[in-house]
Parts: sequence; C-alpha cells; structure tokens
Amino acid sequence: MTTVILALIIGALFGFVLDRVGAANPQFIIKMLNLTNLHLAKAILLAIGVGSILMFGGQMLGLVDVGHMSVKTAYVGVIVGGALLGIGWAVSGFCPGTGVAAAATGRKDALFFIAGGLLGAAAYMATYPSVKAMGLLEPIAGGKVTLGTVPGSKYEGLTSLPGDILGIVLGIVFIVVAFALPDRLVGAPEGDTQPAE
Amino acid sequence: MWNWKTGGLALGLVFFLAVLLVKPIGVSTQFVILDGIVWDMVDPSVVTQTEDGKYTSTNAYLAKSGGKYAKNVANPLNYSFVFVIAMAIGAAVSAGLRGWVPPSERVMPPIWRANFGDSHMKRYIAAFVGGFIVLYGARLAGGCTSGHMMSGMMQTSLSGYLFALGAFGAAVPVALMMYRKEG
Repeated sequence: MTTVILALIIGALFGFVLDRVGAANPQFIIKMLNLTNLHLAKAILLAIGVGSILMFGGQMLGLVDVGHMSVKTAYVGVIVGGALLGIGWAVSGFCPGTGVAAAATGRKDALFFIAGGLLGAAAYMATYPSVKAMGLLEPIAGGKVTLGTVPGSKYEGLTSLPGDILGIVLGIVFIVVAFALPDRLVGAPEGDTQPAE
Repeated sequence: MWNWKTGGLALGLVFFLAVLLVKPIGVSTQFVILDGIVWDMVDPSVVTQTEDGKYTSTNAYLAKSGGKYAKNVANPLNYSFVFVIAMAIGAAVSAGLRGWVPPSERVMPPIWRANFGDSHMKRYIAAFVGGFIVLYGARLAGGCTSGHMMSGMMQTSLSGYLFALGAFGAAVPVALMMYRKEG
C-alpha cells in the first residue's frame, strides 16, 4: 500500500512538472527537435545533471540506497528502437509519458497518440518472438552496465573508473552544457517576419 | 510555464525523489500492461496464475522475465501502473491551475498548423501513426524518454546513452525535414 501512495505522490509531481516545463506541449517538443527552441533540451540536460549529482552524491554519503538503481540492458535493439521512437516523436510531438500528460491537459491529438501507442505496444507483443529470433535483443558491451563501476551496485562497469565520482562529474558536465547551449541552433528562415519566440 | 532553470531543477528533483524512495521513473511499459489488462478482460486465459503463485501468459512478451508483466496485468494496483495514472492527474492539475490548453491548440500545435494546414484528420492520423511507431520503438528499446534517457543517463547506464543517440539521431533530421516553417 505504501508503494501505491508513493506512486500517487511521485507520479502526480512528475505529471505536474512535465506540464509546467512545457514537455506536455508538442509545440515545444517539435521546436526542440528542429532546433529552433532549445528551452526544453536545456531543462532536460539540467534535470539529468541534478538527478545524477543528487543520486551519486547521496550514495557516497550513504543516504541513498544503491540498490534502488535500475540499469537497463544494452543491445542493438536499444539503438534501433530509440531511432523508431525518435521518428514517431518528431512526427507526433509526443513521447509515451508526455503524450499521456498532454491528453490529461485537454489535447485531443494526444488521445490519438495514445490509441496509436496502445496498438504499437500490442504489435510489439505480437512480434516479440521474431524480434528476439533476429538477435536484436542480445546484450552488447556487457549488457546491464554503467559507464564507471558504482561501489556496492550489482551492475558491472564498462570501465573501472569510480562510478559514483564519474556520475557526479558527468552531472556537472550536463549542467554546464545546459547553460552553454544557445536558445536556438537553427536561425529563423529568410523572409520570415514572425518573431523567433 | 516555468523557465528552463526552474523546470529542469524541478524535473531533476522528481527523478531523484523517485530513485531515492522507490525506483527510477519509466512509463512506456504501462502501455503493454494496459493492453494486457484489456486483452485479459476479453480473454481471461491470456494471463494465468501457476501453482507456485507466480503469473504467466500465453503471450511470450507478457510471460518474459519470470512473468513480471503478467503479474502486473493481473494486479493493476501496482506502483508503476498507478504512477502513470497519477502522472495524468498531476498534469491535469497543473494545466487546470493555469487555465488549461487554449482551445486553438487542443487539436494541433501552431507549428503543425504552419507546416501542414488546419486539417484535424491529418493531425490525428499523424499523432496516431506517430504513437504507433513511438511505442513499438520504445518496447523494442526496452524503455522510453523517461526510463531510458532521463533515468538511464542519470545513472550513467550505457543503454541510456545508446537510446539517446538513436532517438535524437533520428528525431532531429526528421523534425528538420518536416517542420521548415516557424509556428
């Protein structure tokens, strides 16, 4: 029961923040992906950096349970599936979490995204045996690995670098990149009289 | 709307809170779980409990990894499924407090309209097809933007970096080709 209450609290906070940061708005997703408004990219980079520093810092201080880490397997399908997701992400302006959040804020196109998503997930359930037989799901580079070796974690490290310190360093890098990124990378098209934002 | 600094900080705190108290955030698996719930309602033989109390399924995907998906289909009141429902509630509360999405944007965002016109049907089809590809891809990858990219890269997992490479590597060129007009 406790876990269900935690799900309600953390889930609601996540949905609230997704809406406030603009991630539930396909306008901002698309403008991030066509590089004309990097507001959301900067927020994502900052979030990864903050999350990483707090988690690894907390682990080093003994305040965060290393056992709560959940590292997914690396396999070729991760890249292929990521690319498929990327195509649909650009076409629709939604990803799974933000699509659900967007529908909840009253966007009708997001309902169509969810319906398509449920069908896509069902298609994967149906084709899973053949995907598996193709070898796309075979672990690569050690499978469930972190970039460094995290002390006390059940996951292997891709390198023997101290994983917690590496996590904090990378976290700082993410934050620096968030601040360094310009607001847009692609200029306004010629003859376009609309203001950039 | 928050600026990127406030928003990014808040988002980072939520991802941290999740891993501190329970486990990293992920969403796309729950599309499978909802499919499974509906399928099992239509055909109760899809998910079954074995004699040792574990769950299994006639569907190989639901039965994989010791039937953990089958178990969640049989018990929808689990952390991950409730999490996604709560996420929708949280987003609705936030939108409600700021006066909801303006009616002009409820069918399509301005940048879609600027590039593809005002046809509702066109936008709905694109959203539906996009959703299909996104979820097929997410399941093939074993996670989505929240689970693989945000939670994964935050934990320095190799798979998170591979996923981000694939996702942005495809999404950016497609978006650059599709959306040439400012909206």
